Order: sequence, then C-alpha cells, then structure tokens
Amino acid sequence: MNLVTDLIKDLANQHGRSRENLLPILQGVVEQEKYLSEFSMIEIARELDLPASEVYGTATFYSFLEHKKMGTYIIRVCKTITCSMKGKNQILLAIEDMLKIHLGETTGDGRFSLLETNCLGWCHKAPAMLINDDVYTELTPERIREILSDYMKK
Amino acid sequence: MVTNYQLKRVDFIFRNENDYEDVLSKTIARKPQELINELISSELKGRGGAGFPTGLKWKLSSESKADEKYVICNADEGEPGTFKDREILSKVPFKVLTAMAVCGHVIGAKRGFIYLRGEYKYLKPELEKAISEFAYYCKEIKFDFSIHIFMGSGAYICGEETALFESMEGKRGEPRNKPPYPTNSGYMNKPTVINNVETLAHTFTIFKYGAKRFYDLGVQYSRGSKLFSVSGDTPKPGIYELELGMSLADFVDEFGDGDTKAVQVGGASGFLVPRKKFDVTAIGYQGKLTGISLPTGGSMMLFNSSRSMYNVLDNYLEFFREESCGQCTPCRVGCQQLIKGIKAVKRGEKNAKYLDKLLRLTETMQLTAKCGLGQSVANSFSSIVENFREEMIY
Repeated sequence: MNLVTDLIKDLANQHGRSRENLLPILQGVVEQEKYLSEFSMIEIARELDLPASEVYGTATFYSFLEHKKMGTYIIRVCKTITCSMKGKNQILLAIEDMLKIHLGETTGDGRFSLLETNCLGWCHKAPAMLINDDVYTELTPERIREILSDYMKK
Repeated sequence: MVTNYQLKRVDFIFRNENDYEDVLSKTIARKPQELINELISSELKGRGGAGFPTGLKWKLSSESKADEKYVICNADEGEPGTFKDREILSKVPFKVLTAMAVCGHVIGAKRGFIYLRGEYKYLKPELEKAISEFAYYCKEIKFDFSIHIFMGSGAYICGEETALFESMEGKRGEPRNKPPYPTNSGYMNKPTVINNVETLAHTFTIFKYGAKRFYDLGVQYSRGSKLFSVSGDTPKPGIYELELGMSLADFVDEFGDGDTKAVQVGGASGFLVPRKKFDVTAIGYQGKLTGISLPTGGSMMLFNSSRSMYNVLDNYLEFFREESCGQCTPCRVGCQQLIKGIKAVKRGEKNAKYLDKLLRLTETMQLTAKCGLGQSVANSFSSIVENFREEMIY
C-alpha cells in the first residue's frame, strides 16, 4: 500500500466521508505531504466517492492548498500594503540571498520554498511572514538570517 | 465639524473577566425573547464591517423553523489592516464561546463553529483547550451546545458569509446569491447566525452589564465601542478600543505621525480619506444627521506624505485580483482591467481621461458584482483616484 493512500484512508476515517469533510482531509494531506499531488486528489475523490474534478476544483481554490511539490518549510512573506510599506522587499531579498532561490522556487535539497501571501493580520508589527504555521513579525534582514539559520540546523 | 466628539478609549473587550460560567448560566436562564430585546435595544451592529443589526439577525434566525440550526463565529479575518479578531481569540476566547452558546440558546441551535482562517492556525491549540474547558462546563450545567473549529485555507473571500458556508460544505468558496439570507438558509441550508468575533464579544458585555452600558457609548446610529486596528505610518500601531462616532481629525491627532496625508478606513475594501476631509469625516455607521460617516471593520491605515497613492492603489487592486473568486465576470475581469488600466495611464500609454473610464467600470462593478468583494473595489478605487488623480498620472 502507498503511504499517501493510507494517510487518506486514516483522514477519511477520522473526519468522515461526506462532502463537508473534504477540506479537513485536503488540509490533512497538505500538512503531511506539503502539497496535493494529482495522485492524492484522485485518491481522495475515490475515498469520498466524488468526481476527481470536484476535488481538484476545490483544492485549487485555496491558496494554502498547494498542488505543486513544496519544500519541508514553506515561507510565506506578507506582501499586502503595510508589510510592503515597511520593507517587505528587503526581507525577500535577504531570504533569496540566503537560500539562493527566487520567489516561487524551492531549494535544491527540497527543504525551503519561498512564496508571497496576502495579509497575515500583523500589520501593526510589519513586515511579517509565516514558516509553515508559525508566524514571525517585525522582520529585518538580520532577523531573517537568525531565523533561517535556526531552521537550517533543524 | 461633524461632531464635537473627543477620542474616548474604552476597555470592555479585553477586560479580564474570569466569570464566563456565571454570565453563561445567568443569561441562559433568561427567555430568548428577553435576550433578543436586550440586544436590539443595545443597537449593536455587526463589527465585521457590514454593520447589520445583531439583535435583528438573532431574531430572524430564532423565528425560522428548522430541525437544525447553527451558530458560526466568523474568524476569517482577512481584510488588509485588520488584526483585532486574532487578539480577541487569543486573549478573551471565553467571551466569544459564551456568546456563541447564548446565541444557541436564543435561536435554538445545538452546534456552533468557529471558522478560523488558515493564516491563524497557530491559535488553534490554545483555542481548542478553551473549547474543551467550555464544553466541560456546559456539560456540568446540562446545557447542550458544542463548538468546533473549522480551518480555512487561505482565501479572503471566505470571510463573505455565504462563501464561508460553501467552504465549510467542502466546496470552492464562492458566494451564493442572496436571498435567501443565512438567517433562513445558511450552513447546510439551515438557519444560521453568523457573527464576527468582535460582535460576539460585545454581546457578552451587553448580557453581563445590560444594554444601557453599551448604548450609552457612541453616537446616534453608531452605538457602543469598537476595536480599531491601527497600522501604517503611525508611532503607535496596535489595537485600540474606542467609542464610535469620533471624527477622523481627532483620530489622526492621536495616531498620526504629524505628516498624515490620508487614512484608509475599512481596509482595501474601504475608503481612502485625504487630509482635507479629516474634519468632516466621522467613523461610524451611516446616519441621517452626520455628514460623511464611514463604517469600518476597524482597519485604519495611515499614510504619510512619503507614500505614493499609486502604489497603495496598485497593491489593493493586486490583492482583489488575486482574491476574487472568479465566479462573476464584473469582478473577475473588472479587477484585471483596473490594474492594466492604471498601469497604462502611469506609463503614458493612455491619457488621463482613461481614469474616468475606469471609474465608470468600478461603478458597473458596484452595481453588478455578485458579492461585497466586487462591489467594494469601487470604494478604494474612486476615493483614491478622485483625491489623488495627479499621483495616478505622473
């Protein structure tokens, strides 16, 4: 048995197999796998007895449900107005410089992906970013170097 | 001057009151009708931004006949510049849970959900702890009401109530046609009360202290206090609870950096107010007596003279273009064309008159878009373009 298939079965057992359980199942797969492969989406469709197109349509609607392979740590830098005013571009440059990737890319070792996202709700402590589910605020290029070197040691 | 109102700080929401058990048991001992009347007389309006009277919402749901009803707390706080709901959920979660349970008692619902945006996933463990403590107390007093968290996954539009229901039902977060309204047909097509986090927290205050305490704050049509999320060019960004009805001039005196050029009230979907209109603008819901009165979900972003309003508008439009659900044409195509349009004017490919064409496009969007997202693009667009036209061109 494939690992993802097992995971999907477990999630369906845990949440249920009705349509309203689709989002928690998609989220569960993304939590483990970091993204939804075509294979996962078809398996979820099979498990919930839904057309695969419906699963695909739902999954691709949500910006946190990635459908392209992502790194272990997904960095999402807030680009909405206040963060953008308070130096978001310098933060991006510092991250790009340190990880040697551009926005939208994943490092060669598959550990980090760099994305932008819309308002994270930390405008009073801008600029802000998420690494997976954890939030970091009042960022400076120095802070970025500290935070990322901690992650690199993990 | 719209009003002689001074800025008044209030401390209701975050006041630490470790007595939710007491408030809950006392409140659910009262009749639903009595609680609805209390809420109506407080004149509390929805704090998410739309400002629908909360008492009326509860009343309509309570009158709907159905075998199952739901209470939903909308914690999909995605409006740029808003961050108060996160603070409420992490500092005073029991007020929100208590209010949800009271609402369940009033309308006859046994289940409640908190729709928490994916960006706030780090709040989930603590919130779950609070919910299980709360559930334990409900069991103790034999009150049948359960609360669950439903996680969002990064979609601004899911803050729109009907899109939120679609999302909870496992679908794309695309808004529904209204009517039917949620009070008749909401989540799973059952009568649903859906309230913003802050609105629920205010009902706690009202049920504990009585409607009068709340009603005595604020001005006509805009009663009570409200949390404001202050950010941008200000020496003291943060969350402040203030009485409604203050003039923007007073607000800027308190929070500005001395060089405030404009304030965006209500986030990207709100209005930009230029310096010359600070005096005549009040913060509150539309009323007959006031001049310009701006409702808001509490997002107040200040810009000083170093900021380019073109960049601000470009940032908002980019936001809307990405967050538009794509379902209706006016919004999907409109947002794309507005961005293309202002860029073309800036580059000199189109002359300045083209801005008037774009303004007409936003009017069309306001009339024809299916939901609040597409309709409100016109707010920031017209208020920025009309007041800072030269910055759009040169």
